[in-house]
Amino acid sequence: MVAGVGSQGNPAQKDHEQRLIRRILGGEHEAFYELIRPYERRVYAAAFAILHNEADADDCAQEALLKAFRHIRQFRAEARFSTWLVQIVVNEARMRRRKERAERIEPLEKDKNEEGGYTPHDFADWREIPSEVLERKEIREKLGEALGSLGRIYREVFVLRDMERLSIEETAKALGISTSSVKTRLLRARLMLRDLLAPGFGGAWSNNLSFAKGTKPW
Amino acid sequence: MVVRCEDVWREVSNYLDGEVDPGLRAAIEEHVRECKRCTAVVDGTRNVIQIYGDERMGEVPLELSGRLHQRLGGNASSSRRGFLGWMAATAAAVLVAGGFEIARSSAFPHQGLRSEHAQSSADVPPDMMVIVAEHGKTFHVAGCPFIHDKSNLRTISASEAEKEGYTPCVRCMTKYLDAGATA
Repeated sequence: MVAGVGSQGNPAQKDHEQRLIRRILGGEHEAFYELIRPYERRVYAAAFAILHNEADADDCAQEALLKAFRHIRQFRAEARFSTWLVQIVVNEARMRRRKERAERIEPLEKDKNEEGGYTPHDFADWREIPSEVLERKEIREKLGEALGSLGRIYREVFVLRDMERLSIEETAKALGISTSSVKTRLLRARLMLRDLLAPGFGGAWSNNLSFAKGTKPW
Repeated sequence: MVVRCEDVWREVSNYLDGEVDPGLRAAIEEHVRECKRCTAVVDGTRNVIQIYGDERMGEVPLELSGRLHQRLGGNASSSRRGFLGWMAATAAAVLVAGGFEIARSSAFPHQGLRSEHAQSSADVPPDMMVIVAEHGKTFHVAGCPFIHDKSNLRTISASEAEKEGYTPCVRCMTKYLDAGATA
């Protein structure tokens, strides 16, 4: 397995998690809370990426955590706990989604463009975006809306990879797709978001921003 | 190597992830230096990754921390216990629905009898999984309609329930109580 980013990839973290799992298996159920705490956000984010509804994502995240607790014995030490957890929540969210869709009799979500190229539509220049832009709630909402407007298959890859910083391999494993699919979907997700946001950051929103010209915030 | 705009758009994601070979990287950079449109695409895509990767983006649309903690943790003062309470409550629902056995928790302290009207429950199988409410006095079979406080339910064995001072519900446990009375 390719090493991922963040603390979950280091051996000390893995040892710590193994100890917690042994304690849980020994009956110390409270240790489960400590085990999942670093990944709560990720579990919720994955559920949200698929269901795109806060209440459903909340329920789904909780159900997934309960399932993880119930099946902790099945966790294999050679795997990464965070990936295992995300796989559970992804499965749970997809199951709910399938059920919901069956009830509404919606057509299957397919995107015939997935494997094709993507041509950017907007070439507005928004090179210099001050970091403080994210302090503005309305901007964060615009970003949330843009993300929400993506198709589910793009949103889930983007959230896991770019927001939760999973590696390409971990994202592929968590979603049960190939690494090349991750890359293709990620490209489209990023470019679609850029197209959606460029008009705002390139003009409309920046009129009210105090730009720090000549400096990049990152 | 010469790349066109379409090549840059196709590879921009891999380029920003450092997943293109050095030759292609150099060619992309050379193209981008001369091409305003591709500069906008590369910079804009980099911005997308940076902005959404910012910790503050966790708040929208994922206002998760507070809500998840609230529901997992009950209240801030007893988050762990609250969490287990939630787990057991969900487990109780699972028990009702499908009959899983879960959440035998020994994390709760031994208490005295909760009811002064305690009846002998010697005939309740000690391993039977029963439902108790945090502030209740009796233990129940899953799905008993007389569980009044449904907010903090736990699923534990009958023997543990008794240790904690709970007594059998006179409605749903009636057959065991009758048996106890006639024994």
